[in-house]
Amino acid sequence: MNSRMTKWIVNGLLVTGSVVTLLPLAWMLSASFMQPGEASHAPPPLLPAHATLANYRELFLRAGMGRYLLNSFLVAGTITLASLAFNLSAGYAFAKLRFAGRERLFQLVLAALLVPLQVAMMPLFLLMKWLHLVNSYGGVIVPALATALGIYLVRQYVRSIPDELIEAARIDGAGEWTIFLRIVLPLLKPMSVTLAVLTFLASWNDFMWPLIVLSDQAWQTAPVALAGLSREHVQDNELMMAGSVVTILPVLLLFLLLQRQYLQGLLLGSVKG
Amino acid sequence: MRSERAAWTFVAPALVVLGVFLVLPVCAALLLSFTDFDIYALANLDNLRFIGLANYVDVLRTPLFWKVLANTVWFVVLALPLSLALSLGAALLLNSPLARFKGLHRTALFAPVVTTVVAVAIIWRYLFHTRYGLINYALSHLGIGPIDWLGDPHWAMPALVLFAVWKNFGYNMIILLAGLQAIPQDLYEAARIDGASAWRRFWHITLPGLRPVLLLVAVITIAGYFQLFAEPYVMTRGDPLQSTVSVLYLMYEEGFKWWNLGRACAIAFLLFALILVITRVLLRFARAKDERA
Amino acid sequence: MGLARIAAWATMFALCACAPASNETTLKLWAFGPEGEAVGKLLTEFERAHPGVRVEVQNMPLTAMHEKLLTAFAGDALPDLCQLGNTWIPEFAVLGALEPLQAYVDQSSIVRRDDYFAGIWDTNVVNGALYGVSWYVDTRLLFYRKDLLAAAGFDHAPRDWDEWRRAMAAIKKNQGADKYAIFLPLNEFEPLLNLAIQQNEPLLLDDGTRGNFESAGFRRALDFYVDAFRENWAPAMSNTQIANVWDEFGKGYFAFYITGPWNIGEFKRRLPARLQDSWNTAPLPGANGPGGGAAGGSSFAIFRASKNKRLAWELVEFLSQVKQQQRFYTLTGDLPARRSAWDFAELETDEFTHAFRAQLELVKPTPKVPEWERIATEMQFAAERIVRGGESTEAALRALDAKVDEEILAKRRTLLARGGQR
Repeated sequence: MNSRMTKWIVNGLLVTGSVVTLLPLAWMLSASFMQPGEASHAPPPLLPAHATLANYRELFLRAGMGRYLLNSFLVAGTITLASLAFNLSAGYAFAKLRFAGRERLFQLVLAALLVPLQVAMMPLFLLMKWLHLVNSYGGVIVPALATALGIYLVRQYVRSIPDELIEAARIDGAGEWTIFLRIVLPLLKPMSVTLAVLTFLASWNDFMWPLIVLSDQAWQTAPVALAGLSREHVQDNELMMAGSVVTILPVLLLFLLLQRQYLQGLLLGSVKG
Repeated sequence: MRSERAAWTFVAPALVVLGVFLVLPVCAALLLSFTDFDIYALANLDNLRFIGLANYVDVLRTPLFWKVLANTVWFVVLALPLSLALSLGAALLLNSPLARFKGLHRTALFAPVVTTVVAVAIIWRYLFHTRYGLINYALSHLGIGPIDWLGDPHWAMPALVLFAVWKNFGYNMIILLAGLQAIPQDLYEAARIDGASAWRRFWHITLPGLRPVLLLVAVITIAGYFQLFAEPYVMTRGDPLQSTVSVLYLMYEEGFKWWNLGRACAIAFLLFALILVITRVLLRFARAKDERA
Repeated sequence: MGLARIAAWATMFALCACAPASNETTLKLWAFGPEGEAVGKLLTEFERAHPGVRVEVQNMPLTAMHEKLLTAFAGDALPDLCQLGNTWIPEFAVLGALEPLQAYVDQSSIVRRDDYFAGIWDTNVVNGALYGVSWYVDTRLLFYRKDLLAAAGFDHAPRDWDEWRRAMAAIKKNQGADKYAIFLPLNEFEPLLNLAIQQNEPLLLDDGTRGNFESAGFRRALDFYVDAFRENWAPAMSNTQIANVWDEFGKGYFAFYITGPWNIGEFKRRLPARLQDSWNTAPLPGANGPGGGAAGGSSFAIFRASKNKRLAWELVEFLSQVKQQQRFYTLTGDLPARRSAWDFAELETDEFTHAFRAQLELVKPTPKVPEWERIATEMQFAAERIVRGGESTEAALRALDAKVDEEILAKRRTLLARGGQR
């Protein structure tokens, strides 16, 4: 086999793979502009005969999608910022500060990584009820304020920062928080962006817990509302495609913008583990 | 110990959150699984009884539990090799020096991973439509008759597998790609000088070099696939014939549809134990092999 | 002041910022999709009569409503009042979630019991106490394509099972292999339930503590249901699998569909104009003549946890007025629960409603136990196993009774034996 042909095969496979992978997303976009009922024909139409924005209008004006998207932005945004603060400080302390029981506590954090969250859901719901957080943003946000994975990632990263930097500041008489905020945090900037993207995408896409804790439509996030709509409007496929488009678009855009950071984080979480 | 106190201010917030919202509920779930907490108990705590291991015994005696366990295992057994093969294939292609527009392809192949599972499940539900779906349309060109993907109990799970593999293979692809890039190039050079074929190079250099990464990826994937939930929730609601009810879906229905919280907790712990055992066995098996090597 | 603390404050702020800070009273009403959309249009008048009151309506998908309500009950997040499917009333009554309404009705000049269909009103009564006021009534019956039936040689809708069988066989023969006579979604328990409730044998025995699915009556209904699939008159499909029920009905994919009055409006709106003369409704056939069905429909229920019960009751009264019931019918096609509201030109001229009026005289309530929804779901799983899985009817029914007795109703038996609440 000559190398020219290998080259054709490699690139041919790649192009085919990419096209097939993107096809469902492209079809979603196309169908979202079709007239109601248009997609339900054999053979399935690939492009709308007369493109219309009616589905989007219906989605925002009647189905209230705007509200759900806003909920998602608020929830995912708050979780991202707050959990960043919690995880960065804790991960830093586990890496660089000395305190009694540090290693044992970190072992516990690692153990928490292994527990599927679903195990905790039933009592967590009762706890949320007791805290009056059912049907509020808080019900989704509060349990996500700190994650074992986040702490672990930060700790791994911080360990690569030389101790001398911190020691020098300590000798100069700087307080621990000053050191963290002035010296360590700027070094953690790339890491923070990565962690932020990971967290935002994960909270935006999260489904099971928001489904359980947000029964009141007013607070539902986009995926939960979309699942509800898709059961109610099981017949209105074009409308549902429009709903999928607006739910996916924000995360897809964010990913395209910060792709490098995101993929780095993904590797940090697995390969170095 | 001023620095010790300072250290605690760093870790305390995160630890409190993890303690209150993770550790505490997990312990409570264990307790709940020994009670018959249900809607009657929800209405009035006098109706709550401590029943020891009865939930576990009941669940293990219910044919439905074994059915959904078999469903879930079947899903994992189908999806894992397919997913790994596709990820590895894509990673190899992306790593090939002959490939062009690598960044573009990487983005395209990875895109499904970041999409919202609920939203893409809606798309796939439609792609799988018996008469109007693109998949059957494409198959008809290959001379394959219409498959009742979501209506035939034999096809519904494979349909979910196809969807899940499409959604997830990009994740492992990235990790494997990094693993490939970490394999020293001079190994390949030496092999090439020795006249080893591409296949032999793959078998003797690439695969052994990737082994730890592959193992890791397998463990992550197994743990993830055992937690199958959103796909059946949106695409099939467990239909047909409860052939797409997964263990987690059963837990959700017991817990949050019928409010048998005690039994739902028991199911959750059984699943947890199962995942733990399987991943442990896998890791131990790999380690034993390493030691022999 | 650590970063963490700033974040915590920011979070607290974000959490509090969403609470509405006005002094108007908000009355929360949950309703199913189509009813929720329509009721919103009736509320302007109510809000005008009650300054400072805002009614917030929330539409729930019907398929998720039940679990949403239970979740909300468990999480103390129930609304003030709600549209409650009347088969769910026993469940929420046992949970202690519902406000008893007899005292309100006694003082009301608007809600008068003798004006309501007796069988439907009865579904609101659990252990002698009243927990709901019927909003609209429904019962499932036959929607059919007149033209397809005529093409198969029938000039009227089937009245009993024999005639129905013959009609389905003829339509199937006429329509060919890729079309069907009837659509019975395999993930909906209502069609089978309606056939089963026509029988003389009760569905549950011993004060609702044991299943009675191995009885001859249930067996008869199930055999009829299963036959429709065996004979290939019905496609073995769930309704998640069909693209669009109305489109498919219009395309003649099936000619019979067992559904309720809410679909009158949908069919009128969604079927093309040329088909509007080609369909009608008919009472659900029974083994010997019209057989009746389950007393369905929805009631208003007020939740005990509501802080605005008086106001909620005023909304119930408002929506129960004859005039509002008639407007609601105009908007949704949902049939009024009060006899006097039927005295209405629009209802009299709408031939699609006549079959319902006839069937409403024959309806029966479903068993009044909190576990009913789950039992009905299990019943449907058993039917699905027979149709799709090829399980024998005997085995499926034995397993169903065992499941109902040992798993679902066991706790109810214990509690009743102990003399606890029921």
